[in-house]
Amino acid sequence: MTTINISQPLDTAARPDNYITHTRGFMSWAFTLDHKRIGVMYLVSVLVSFFVGGVFALLVRTELLTPGQTIPGVTADVYNHFFTLHGAIMVFLVIIPSIPAALGNFIMPIMLGAKDVAFPRLNLFSYYLWIFGALFTVSSLLLGGFDTGWTFYTPYSTTTSAGGVIPALTGVFILGFSSIFTGLNFIVTVHKLRPPGMTWFRMPLFLWAIYATAIIQVLATPVLGITLLLLIVERAFNIGIFDPSMGGDPVLYQHFFWFYSHPAVYIMILPAMGIISELISVHAHRHIFGYKFIALSSIAIAIFSFLVWGHHMFISGQSPLLNTLFSLISFSVAIPSAVKVFNWMSTLYKGNIVLNTPMLYALAFLVLFTIGGLTGIHLATLNTDVHLHDTYFVVAHFHYVMMGSALIGMIGGLHHWWPKITGRMYNENLGRIGCIIVFIGFNVTFFTQFFLGSQGMPRRYYDYQPEYQIYHVISTIGSYIMASGFLLTAYYLLASLFGGRLAPANPWGGRSLEWQCASPPPFDNFATQPRVGDCYDFAAIRWDEKEQGYVVDPALDSTLNPNLAAKNSH
Amino acid sequence: MTTLQSQPNHAGDAHGADGAHDGAHGSAEHAKYPFLQHHFDTPHHQFDSAKLGMWLFLATEVLFFGGLFVAYAVLRNRFPEVFSYSSHYLDTIMGGINTCVLILSSLTMALAVRFAQTNRRIGLIICLILTFMGAIGFMVIKYFEYSHKIHDNLVWGTTFYVPPHDAAGELEAKELSVAPTTSITLNPVNPAVFAVPTLAQTPAVDASAIKQASRAPVGLATPTQMAKAEGLPTGEHDPSFAHPATHLVDKKMPANSHVFFAIYYAMTGLHGVHVLAGMVVIAWLLKRAIRGDFSSDYFTPVDVGGLYWHIVDLIWIFLFPLFYLIH
Amino acid sequence: MSNTATISHDTGGKTPGAHPIVGHLVPTWLLVFVGTSLLMLTVITVAVRYIDIGEFNIVVALGVALVKATLVCLFFMHLRWDRSFNTLVFVVSVVLVLLMMAFLIMDTNQYRDTQFDGNAPNAESTLQANAPGAPVARFKPYSP
Repeated sequence: MTTINISQPLDTAARPDNYITHTRGFMSWAFTLDHKRIGVMYLVSVLVSFFVGGVFALLVRTELLTPGQTIPGVTADVYNHFFTLHGAIMVFLVIIPSIPAALGNFIMPIMLGAKDVAFPRLNLFSYYLWIFGALFTVSSLLLGGFDTGWTFYTPYSTTTSAGGVIPALTGVFILGFSSIFTGLNFIVTVHKLRPPGMTWFRMPLFLWAIYATAIIQVLATPVLGITLLLLIVERAFNIGIFDPSMGGDPVLYQHFFWFYSHPAVYIMILPAMGIISELISVHAHRHIFGYKFIALSSIAIAIFSFLVWGHHMFISGQSPLLNTLFSLISFSVAIPSAVKVFNWMSTLYKGNIVLNTPMLYALAFLVLFTIGGLTGIHLATLNTDVHLHDTYFVVAHFHYVMMGSALIGMIGGLHHWWPKITGRMYNENLGRIGCIIVFIGFNVTFFTQFFLGSQGMPRRYYDYQPEYQIYHVISTIGSYIMASGFLLTAYYLLASLFGGRLAPANPWGGRSLEWQCASPPPFDNFATQPRVGDCYDFAAIRWDEKEQGYVVDPALDSTLNPNLAAKNSH
Repeated sequence: MTTLQSQPNHAGDAHGADGAHDGAHGSAEHAKYPFLQHHFDTPHHQFDSAKLGMWLFLATEVLFFGGLFVAYAVLRNRFPEVFSYSSHYLDTIMGGINTCVLILSSLTMALAVRFAQTNRRIGLIICLILTFMGAIGFMVIKYFEYSHKIHDNLVWGTTFYVPPHDAAGELEAKELSVAPTTSITLNPVNPAVFAVPTLAQTPAVDASAIKQASRAPVGLATPTQMAKAEGLPTGEHDPSFAHPATHLVDKKMPANSHVFFAIYYAMTGLHGVHVLAGMVVIAWLLKRAIRGDFSSDYFTPVDVGGLYWHIVDLIWIFLFPLFYLIH
Repeated sequence: MSNTATISHDTGGKTPGAHPIVGHLVPTWLLVFVGTSLLMLTVITVAVRYIDIGEFNIVVALGVALVKATLVCLFFMHLRWDRSFNTLVFVVSVVLVLLMMAFLIMDTNQYRDTQFDGNAPNAESTLQANAPGAPVARFKPYSP
């Protein structure tokens, strides 16, 4: 059993070998097969991309401070490039890979008590595909940029004179394959590398979420691949498949694009939901409520996500028949998400809630996801969507779910597993302040945009009527507040690497297997197969003074002592 | 064993590479089977995982091509007469031979897997070579098909309507001066709104009408060429003979016929790319087979490479009737 | 992977005719039989193409293709003896493609009758008024 040997206190001088110190040098990282190192490389890459995408966001918001030109040199054309790049970078380089590739890669095998993912070389290959995809996308900036919006709608994308369209499309195509191979790897890992005793319904919910995400990644992303390929061929060779003057159909492009891109948004949110399950149960020290419901709702969301893509196309020329069908099915896709929110709230009820940074992010998620989800219903409703489509209402909605939920979940997870990944504790007070600043900034930025949108301000517009200006100014101020919150977060996290308190193996009192190896983990995670218990049974955890962290006490473990079962809250 | 103790320092970070001296990680299995990676328990565990991984990849290939099949379905649903007409420019016999070649290469691939499983290295090598040759044969036939069509400008997009040049550099047919007729019945909801002149309507094209390809106006083509042109769409062709592009002078050609060739080249082209990739895979397997990597213990790469090759065959099995067997 | 020169002989060695330690061995006669059937089905489907049975041509062609595909999947690709989860993975991907196809055909069928070739009605009437008999511009060449 891999409980910590508590007679041996953590000592900085005698820090055991871990995955960071195991081998040194650039080559040992560039050609690593260690999922932890690959996860860290992804994490750094994703956070750098987040910063770049954020800069573009601030440029967009700053430009919108006044109607007409605000920043010198930023014409409407340049503005189009800004929001396109913001969207493309955030969607393809940040949100989609962030949780699965960065956190999932690191945590999942350890949570499974495994030594690595199923295909370590494929894992490294996925990372290099991400790098190549990112390079192509960046190169597109140098070749004239692209101003089509991240959705690349025809006919503009096939006829625009911006020279960077094809490189950007190629970059996204490559990124798609990175996503596919990551998903493939994770499905096989979850199927084949679970330890003895960890049946499907004993897995941590984070793994259920990653698994459901991987299903979507594997099944949906190839359709994006063929869509982009067709778009490249259409642009380069004018085959005419999306061009009505040549017998094609531009709505066909939208069908193809959204067949992937709707499931893609569930790729973004599902892992974050998995993280929230972990954050809430651990930091409220309470067994998750409704485990099976949460687990199966992840799969339900994955399945339903393939049936609703047309709700992005209500005013595109799609037939009324399909409009009705998609609107109906889109209502039902809200149900599994609601099931999760109810279960999380029930978990919090009568829990021993600790308001530390991960918990604050989890609570922020609950608020922001509820708002985002409910406004999604506004958009799923056919008749209101006719008015709200392509307005700031949509922008606000998807930022609430993609940023306010998926990204917040990711940052919460980052804080939750920061001690495990880096072996350091960050400054808790700064963490709380950072979270609150981001929360306030986020709401000021995006809640305002609901008003903007419902009053008719279209999205992707450079210029606007003066009566909208006050909302834009408030929104922009919010974005600056949010940016400063993120900068503060970046600061204290980086500072912790150099001066943070050394972390114990289990600083939060978690029960899943990753808390039973050292922080940071050793090179091969576990020397022997760890024993699997109920990963939400926190009654078996107790604080250890010498360790300055939690340990799993076998005497309190109800799977070993059946008479304790009644005592454990469920 | 606690995880706080320092672990033995393995050479390099590629901890999957050599399990031979991995005694600390236990399991006689890893010592016994050098190919067994450290995160798998038994060869069966690794084999099972590899197969599942490959099937997931094949699912992505199905969805990747599936998009094109959907595009085909949408286009054919909208322009059924275009597909009926244009498919006569495809050589059914050549396509059929290609299908047989691919099926035979699939058979040799499956036999190669069997030889690998039973330690018959020579058989494995021969079968891999035969599979590779099948792939080459497929690409060669495809090359002839493509070059023939490209010569006639039976290609996608607006090039379809540009007359090809013959050997002397002369235009083989005058540029189309009459708009091709549309075969879609115009069904205006409100005739006043749709104030368009009546567009000529043609009945569905039948094979006999195409076989006697209508001639161009007098003086456009030599009698020899026209006589040969009559026999063209049956699929027999003489590559050495430069014939005029019949489609440009055929008044019965439905509008938007280029659409067929757009989707034809897209699908068969992408399939061809996958055949080339398959050739790379087979060549790599061949190299490893010659080196003696495979045995009854470990033949997973052959098995998994075979699965990829079979799906390439599978996709062609559906492409063939959809393009070549349209009546 | 590893250099097999270092394989110890207790792995079962390299005896020709040995049974694989994992997976399933398909009998040679079965593989050849399936291969031959596939070839014959190909010949049949090509022959049927030249017989005119109207609407059923595509049904027969795709039906034969389906039979061939099933043979390849079950026997060449081992699904007959493999874990059923692999079959499920494959079937799900095909179902998704069919789903997408169904939805798209439904959609395009709905507005098919309103699609036509040629200029927009107002432009058409202007053209006809000013230049009767002029060829209709149908294809706009791509200009970058």
